Amino acid sequence: MKFGVIVFPGSNCDLDAYHLVRDVLKRDVEYIGYDRRKLGNFDVVILPGGFTYGDYLRSGALAARTPVIEALAGFANSGGLVLGICNGFQVLTEAGLLPGALCRNDSLQFRCRQGYVRVETNTLAFTGKAKNGDVLKMPVAHGDGSYYAPPELLRDLDDNGQVVFRYVDRDGRISEAANPNGSTANIAGIANRRGNVVGLMPHPERAGERALGSVDGLVLFRSLIGHLQDREVAGNG
Amino acid sequence: MAERDSKNNAGRQDKIWRKLGLKDFEYAMIVDQLGREPNPVELNMYSVMWSEHCSYKHSRSSLKLFPTESPRVVQGPGENAGVVDIGDGYAAVFKIESHNHPSAVEPYQGAATGVGGILRDIYTMGAQPIAFLNSLRFGPPDNDRGRYLLRGVVAGIGGYGNCVGIPTVGGEVYFEPCYRGNPLVNAMCVGVMPLERLVLGQACGEGNLVVLAGARTGRDGIHGVTFASEELSEQSEKDRPAVQVGDPFLGKLLIDATLEAVEKKLVQGVQDLGGAGLTCALTETASRAGTGLEIDLDKVPLREEGLEPFEILTSESQERMLFIVEPEHLSGLEDIFRHWQLPLTVLGRVTKGRLVRIFYRGEIVAEVPAESVAGGAPAYEPEGREPDYYRELSSFDPLSLPPLKDPGRVLLNLLSSPDIASKEWVWQQYDYMVRTCTLQGPGGDAAVIRLRESGKALAVAVDGSGRLTYLDPYLGGMLAVAEATRNVSCCGAEPIGITDCLNFGNPEKPAAFWQFRRAVEGMAEACRVLEVPVVGGNVSFYNEVEDEAIYPTPVVGAVGLLEDAGRHCGPGFKEEGDAICLLGPEEVSLGGSQLLKVVHGRVAGRPAGIDLGMEKKVQALLCRLVARGLVSSVHDLSEGGLAVSLAESCMAGGRGAVIELPLSTDPDLALFGEGPSRAILSLPEKNRDQVIEMAEEAGVELRVIGRVGGDALDICCGGGRFLKLRLDEMKKAFEEVFSWMMS
Repeated sequence: MKFGVIVFPGSNCDLDAYHLVRDVLKRDVEYIGYDRRKLGNFDVVILPGGFTYGDYLRSGALAARTPVIEALAGFANSGGLVLGICNGFQVLTEAGLLPGALCRNDSLQFRCRQGYVRVETNTLAFTGKAKNGDVLKMPVAHGDGSYYAPPELLRDLDDNGQVVFRYVDRDGRISEAANPNGSTANIAGIANRRGNVVGLMPHPERAGERALGSVDGLVLFRSLIGHLQDREVAGNG
Repeated sequence: MAERDSKNNAGRQDKIWRKLGLKDFEYAMIVDQLGREPNPVELNMYSVMWSEHCSYKHSRSSLKLFPTESPRVVQGPGENAGVVDIGDGYAAVFKIESHNHPSAVEPYQGAATGVGGILRDIYTMGAQPIAFLNSLRFGPPDNDRGRYLLRGVVAGIGGYGNCVGIPTVGGEVYFEPCYRGNPLVNAMCVGVMPLERLVLGQACGEGNLVVLAGARTGRDGIHGVTFASEELSEQSEKDRPAVQVGDPFLGKLLIDATLEAVEKKLVQGVQDLGGAGLTCALTETASRAGTGLEIDLDKVPLREEGLEPFEILTSESQERMLFIVEPEHLSGLEDIFRHWQLPLTVLGRVTKGRLVRIFYRGEIVAEVPAESVAGGAPAYEPEGREPDYYRELSSFDPLSLPPLKDPGRVLLNLLSSPDIASKEWVWQQYDYMVRTCTLQGPGGDAAVIRLRESGKALAVAVDGSGRLTYLDPYLGGMLAVAEATRNVSCCGAEPIGITDCLNFGNPEKPAAFWQFRRAVEGMAEACRVLEVPVVGGNVSFYNEVEDEAIYPTPVVGAVGLLEDAGRHCGPGFKEEGDAICLLGPEEVSLGGSQLLKVVHGRVAGRPAGIDLGMEKKVQALLCRLVARGLVSSVHDLSEGGLAVSLAESCMAGGRGAVIELPLSTDPDLALFGEGPSRAILSLPEKNRDQVIEMAEEAGVELRVIGRVGGDALDICCGGGRFLKLRLDEMKKAFEEVFSWMMS
C-alpha cells in the first residue's frame, strides 16, 4: 500500500501530509514531482494544500496545467484514489476532476480557525470507517474556499451522494456561523460521481495528533487504509 | 585634511551627496577612505551603505552595551541572523526587523516585504524557517486611515506568510495616537537547522563564482534604505516607488531551492539581497571574508531595459539571493534552480585584494574597497538630553484619583479596549498551523512550536511597551526584556536568546537619543542579570511625522527551549477546583497602566520598578513548575493587571474563578495595578504544598488567592464583593469589539 503526495511549485502542506502518513499512520509515502509525466505505482495520491504558483490567475488554475495532472487524470479514470486538500481541492476543480468551483471567502479575508464538519456519506473509500452524521473537528486555513455549484449541479451532488462533508457547529448543526467561507449549502468537501476522487477545504492532515488539538482527521486516512486492505484481501481470495 | 577637501569640492559637485542623504563630513570621509573623489556610481553605493539603516551610525556605540555571548551562542550580531545551540546537533536561528516606513505609505506591500525580508535572513544561514511573529503599533482604529493601515498590514503579513507556508504563530498589536502617521511593523522569523549546515554571508575563496539567483532586478525600492533613514512627512506618499513589491510564490521557491543547495553543500557563502540590494550583498560578503570581487553588471537579469548601473546596484527588488560557489558545484546548483524554474546567473568571481570592481559594458564603473563601503561609516555619539516631559509626567500620582465606582464595568471596558481585546480578528488571517508543529498558537503568553527532530520545542514571544518606555526609558528597556523572556518561561521554556527591534525617533535630536540610550542601557542590564544574550536585531530611527516622534518602542523577541515538547503550559484554567495562586512580588503601580489610559485617558505616573534578581528567580521557578507537571495553567500578569489576567485565564479555559483578597489591600491597586515578575498559576490541590515549598525555596512570594470554578469571575476583597462578571459577558466584551470596530 503506497501513498503519494504531489509537490507543485508553491505547495506548502506537502510536508504535513507526508509526515502524517509516514510518522503517524506508519505507511509508505513518496513525494511526486509536478513535472512527472508518469505517476508510478500508488494506491492513493494526495494533492496537498498551499499556494501553487502563488494562486496567481485563480487558485489552482496553473497547477492544473502541469504535466503531472495528465497522469493523475489517467490514474483517476482507472479508479485510483485521489484526495485533494485545500489548494489540492482547488486544483482538482480547476483540472475538471471534480465539479464546481471554489471562490473567494465571503469575508474577503483569509480564514484560519478550528471548526467542525459533518460526514454526509460513509459509502466512500474515504469515509468507510465513519458514520453518517459524525462530527469531525478539523481546522480550515484558506482565502478561496467558498464552494460554488449551480442549482442543477447541486441537485445532482445531493442525489448522487457526492456531498461528503458540510460545515457544522460542535453539535452537528448546519449554521451560518459554522461556515467559514460562505460556501453553498455549507459544503466543505465533495466527491466525483464515481466516488474515487474527493476534495475538501478543511485540513484532515492537521487533525491527526492529540498534540495538535484533534485526531478526527484520521478517520479519512484509516478509511482509505481499511478500504485498500479489504481490496487486497478480496483480490487474494 | 578631509574637511578641507570637502570644502574644495563642495562648489564643484553642487553637493549631490546631500541629496543622497550624506552629510558633508561623511562625504569628506569617503574621499579620504577612497583616496579620491567617488564617481556618481560609487557615491550611490556609499550613500546607501552609509545610510542609518545599513550602517547603524547613530546606534553602533550604544549597541556594544548588549551582552552577546553565552555557552549556547554560535553566531551573535553581525551576520544575517543569530544562531543559538539547542542541543542534539541543532540550532535555532532568529531575528526581528522593522519595516515601518514602507508600511506607512504602502501598508500591504510594506508589511509583506518586511516578512519576506526577515524570512530571507533566516534561510540565508541555512535554516528551515519554522515560525513568524510580529509586533505592530498603530494609531487608534477610530478612523478610516487607521483602519486602512491596520487592514493592509495584517493582510500583507498574511499574504506573504501564508503563501510561503511558514506559520505566523504570535505577536502583539497596540494602539496609541503617536503611531497614527508612523505605524510600527516589526517582523520576526525563527528557523531551525542542523548545526553543521550553517553557512555564512562570506565571499571566501579566490576564484569562486558569484551567483545571483531569483527574481529579476527592476526599479523598485531604489534608495529604500535612504527613505527609511529620514523622517516621514506629507511628502512621503511620493516615495511609494521606494517601497518594494513582494512575490511570495517566488519567495517560497527560493527557500526550497536555497535549502536544497545548502543541504547538498553546493554553496560556500549565501547572502540575501535586502536593504541596499546588490551593493550591500557584494560589499558585505567581501568585507566579511576580506576578499575582493569582480562583477559584470551586464549579467544581472533585468525586468526592463535601460536601468542605469547605479539603479542595478541599489535596487531593492525582492526575492533575490547571492551565492558564492566553487566552479565545480555550479552545475549542481543550476540543476536545482532549473527544477524550480528560477533564474540563476553567474555575475563574476571572488578575487584577491579587497576591492569590489564593477564592470558595465566593458568599462569599470565602480572600484571601491569593500570594507570602506560596508563598514567605513562613522559611528556617532550623539548628544542625549532628558526631555522636559519626563519629570513632569513622573510626578503624577495615580493614587490621587478617586476609588473606582463600578469595578465590573471598568474590567469590561478594559477587556474591550483595543490594546487588550482579543486579536482574533488579526490572527485568524494568518495560517498559524501549517507545518503541523504549532502546539500553542496565537493568544497565549508565547507560542510553542515542536521540533520533530528532537522531541523538544521552542517557545517564542515578542514584547515591548512604548508607553512605559516613554514614561521611563531605562525601566521600559528592562521591562521589554523581562516581559518577553517571562512569557516564554510561562510556557515552561528556558529563555536562550533574544533579538531586538529598536523603534525610536530622530537620533539627531537630543531627547530622542536620550530615550534610545537609556532604553538600551536598561535592556543591556536586564540581559546581563537574566543571562540571556542578544544575538541580533535591528534599529529603526526617524520614526517621526512632522516633528512628532513615536513613543520610544524597544521590541524584544525571545526564544526559549522546552526540553520536552509534551510538557508545556497555557494560560487557560483547566480543572474545576484547582487552586489559583499569585506568584511574584506584591508591588504594583497604576503609573502608565491600562486603567489610567482607558478609564482616565492619561499616560502618566511612575510604572512599578523591577528587581531583576527577583525576575530571574520567578522565571526559573516557572520553568521548574511546568517541567515537573505541577501546574495546570500559567499566565503572565501584564496590561490591565491581575483583574485582566484572571479574566483571560477564565475565558481561555472556559471556566470561572472565585477570588478572595485580604482586607488590607487597596482593591483598585491590587486588581488593576501593573508590575513585573508576576504570574497567576492554577494547580491541583494535591500539588499545593509542594508548589508552596518550591516557591519558598526559590525565595519567591506565592499566595493562594482563590479557586477555579463556576461560570463567573467573582472577586471579593476583605469579605465584600469587588466585582462579579459572567463568562459570557466578559467574552462578549473581549471577543466582539475588534471585528465590530473593523467592519
